[in-house]
Amino acid sequence: MEWISILSLWLIPLIIAFILIYGTFKKVQTYEAFVEGGKEGIEISFSIIPFLVGMLTAITIFRASGALDFTLDLIKPALSLIGVPSDIVPLAFIRPISGTAALGLTTDLISSNGPDSYIGRLAAVMQGSTDTTLYILTVYFGAVGIRKMGDALKVGLLADLIGVIASIVVVSLLFP
Amino acid sequence: MVNYIWVGMIVIGIVYALFNGTMDLVNAAIFQGAKNAVTIAFGLISVLVFWLGLMRIAEKAGLLEALGKLCRPVVKKIFPEVPPDHPAMGYILSNTMANMFGLGNAATPLGIKAMEELKKLNDGKDTASRSMITFLAVNTSSITLIPTTVIAVRITYGSANPADIVMPTLMATIISAIGALLIDRYFYHKRKRKGGA
Repeated sequence: MEWISILSLWLIPLIIAFILIYGTFKKVQTYEAFVEGGKEGIEISFSIIPFLVGMLTAITIFRASGALDFTLDLIKPALSLIGVPSDIVPLAFIRPISGTAALGLTTDLISSNGPDSYIGRLAAVMQGSTDTTLYILTVYFGAVGIRKMGDALKVGLLADLIGVIASIVVVSLLFP
Repeated sequence: MVNYIWVGMIVIGIVYALFNGTMDLVNAAIFQGAKNAVTIAFGLISVLVFWLGLMRIAEKAGLLEALGKLCRPVVKKIFPEVPPDHPAMGYILSNTMANMFGLGNAATPLGIKAMEELKKLNDGKDTASRSMITFLAVNTSSITLIPTTVIAVRITYGSANPADIVMPTLMATIISAIGALLIDRYFYHKRKRKGGA
């Protein structure tokens, strides 16, 4: 346990130090290279604004209207038939859409059910094993101006679905 | 498909609000959503500038190339269309590693750079290439070695053993990563049969 908190504290500073020392050793003009690469960061940040505004506005409208909760209430009974605990359904659905909302839900599930309960563990594993596909798609493709996404969304969402199913199966087997 | 999902969320939200009497919340949501997006983009500036600056040093020092060489045998199979010495490979790998260690805000700039290099490989077209779709599949199903955030939350709520979810998370992400690659291959072959790329 101890080593994990130490690792997460040291990892980033150590990576930074390593890159800087290695760069100096290899006679890279470190400061100039840093500024040059950083400039690119500004351009990218600005270029993704329209993509993010479009996507986040749509998600916020869908959630604020109550349509998201309504949809979840509709599918909960169907999913509990195949053994998916209904408490976890909102998390499974929000995870690909919004990272902060998902972390909020996970925290809520852990605090109300206890961190060592079945639901608490399931929420933790699900949070760790899936990702915010819609956000990643928006940011990554937006930044480089990909407008035709092809099968990317389908592949990403199906991968999340597998992550959700895998979490339920693994947690059920390891912590019955 | 993105078009349908996007329009769908907005239209369904508005129509549902009509019946549900939540139009005031929708009005607030429109501006809140847009505002949040800009806040996120501005928040990303610091992260993007810092990590892309640092990665430029790493690139010039040959670190990314070395990383690419190290993982060549595996990555060659997953990304058959990316030349092994191409800078895209280094960025793909460093993004994957950042994801593995839960360095979320370091992973994003690397992912964007990887996309940029993949776009160059695709002659700058605005259509997602095969490698881009594979990269997204790998990225969104990212294998997590240490889910730092979740462990922190469990510590906060007094878990007896906060790290006991490391193993199950690893197992679940490995399954979903393998699944994602298989799905990606399936869709690729389906596209090829139809005559596309």
